Amino acid sequence: MIEFLVAPFEFGFMQRALLGGVLVAAICALVGTYVVLRGLAFVGDALAHAAFPGVVIAYLLKGNIYLGAMLFALATALGVGVVSRHGRVSHDTAIGILFAGAFALGVLLMSTIQGYTVDLFGFLFGNILGISERDLWLVAFLGGVVVLTITVLYKELLLLSFDPTVAEAMGYPVQAFNHLLLGLIAVTIVISIQAVGIILVVALLVTPSATAYLLTQRFFQMMVLGVVLAALAAVIGLYLSYYLNVASGAAIVLVSTCLFFLTLAGRRLLSPVAFRS
Amino acid sequence: MTEKKGWRYCLEVRDLVAGYTGTPALDGITFAIPPGQMVGVIGPNGAGKTTLFKAILGLTPYQRGEILLHEAPALRQRAMMGYLPQLEEVNRDFPVSVADVVMMGRYPRIGWGRRPGPEDFTVMRRALERVDLLDHAQTQIGKLSGGQQQRAFLARVLAQDPHLLLLDEPVSGVDVTTQHAIFALLEELRNNGKTVVVATHDLNCVIERFDQVLCLNRQLVAYGPPREVFREDILGRTYGHHLMIVRVGDRRIVVADEHRHETVKRET
Repeated sequence: MIEFLVAPFEFGFMQRALLGGVLVAAICALVGTYVVLRGLAFVGDALAHAAFPGVVIAYLLKGNIYLGAMLFALATALGVGVVSRHGRVSHDTAIGILFAGAFALGVLLMSTIQGYTVDLFGFLFGNILGISERDLWLVAFLGGVVVLTITVLYKELLLLSFDPTVAEAMGYPVQAFNHLLLGLIAVTIVISIQAVGIILVVALLVTPSATAYLLTQRFFQMMVLGVVLAALAAVIGLYLSYYLNVASGAAIVLVSTCLFFLTLAGRRLLSPVAFRS
Repeated sequence: MTEKKGWRYCLEVRDLVAGYTGTPALDGITFAIPPGQMVGVIGPNGAGKTTLFKAILGLTPYQRGEILLHEAPALRQRAMMGYLPQLEEVNRDFPVSVADVVMMGRYPRIGWGRRPGPEDFTVMRRALERVDLLDHAQTQIGKLSGGQQQRAFLARVLAQDPHLLLLDEPVSGVDVTTQHAIFALLEELRNNGKTVVVATHDLNCVIERFDQVLCLNRQLVAYGPPREVFREDILGRTYGHHLMIVRVGDRRIVVADEHRHETVKRET
């Protein structure tokens, strides 16, 4: 049994994958607490897709793909605000227009690359096994920025998420906080691309936090529990990926999905009446 | 908790024109409220009561006018104003306890990047005590009844310890016992020097408990003590054609619109 658990991590790439996967999943769950409570899943998914052309352009120019992804995610977040304010369309519609457009641009640019697109597919579906030491440092640094921001602005972000109207009445800059939150989501997406890929990143953003939401009625507990569940999914997913030889990102996401449905079923069995509606 | 005396007015509104494009929701409103007063804002639905509150709090833009709190622009002292919205549009399943919600009232005083200290917990518990929810401190906010939730949000305003309280229909949809408890609490605040402004449909309550009445119908119809303001012609202009007066014995009942029956006062 010990042998079974330890064997995969005799390889350097598996050690890096374990560290990277747990880090990324934990940061996703931290930010995911806000995503779940404020109903920002669609925004998160959109920002992830919008990052794709940034990745492709950086790849073509041999630049830093994280920087490219970040620029496009942030530009889209700003663009959504501009379009919904001046374009007479709802916020929701503006997101739909911009993220699909940006993603299409990424696909179009990718199709111009002769024959060699394996790396780019990796960004779409993730490949945590390919995470380099340099990537790890970047994940740790950006993750640190996210954790620090949330720690310092913990109570303000809580108030803003719970009751934006009263927060604004008290004089808090609600618009600036909304942008900050979008920025945190964008950063989180960027560091998750290597692990789970653009298409699946929204799962890490919402699923562990949603599972935690089912289990607790306290904000801080929800955050901690989300982080634990996300890390657990990352570890189990990695084992599955190693022993069954399946895609790591998809395995992590599916474990997370299973944990959610197990929790849902468990709650129904334990307290059919007091079930959270 | 007693206010520093010396201000002539707590709140001054001058020539306020507010609301989105088209016909303004508020047109040329001017009034001034001295500190330590309890003011009822009355008027039909759509009269601009909520818009007035939101303009004062900076939640809705206004085209013209000036709003002063203690002789300085109100917008720069928003932490000094406590607000109880008509309908708290919050997610009732949000994972916070009643104590967490009340503590949020302390946030502006605690300041950026800092955690609540022992004093904040004392104030929070005292606020819960005053609305009789200390036993429910650890209850998740959505598990409270409607009246209890309203008291919890009122406790948040108390914890904020503002100079001016703006309460938008704090007793609508709340049981009679809670209504009395809330008004008793507001009177206590007023006696401690707070300025309390309440939008309400309960005209009977206004005449019994309030110092001043502000009659609003897009414009300021009248502003003064209830005894002076509660006249048929003023109420008629405030409520427009919706107003009907029904005589029942020696009492008059004002029917403000099709759905709301409100006892106004006993005619002598």
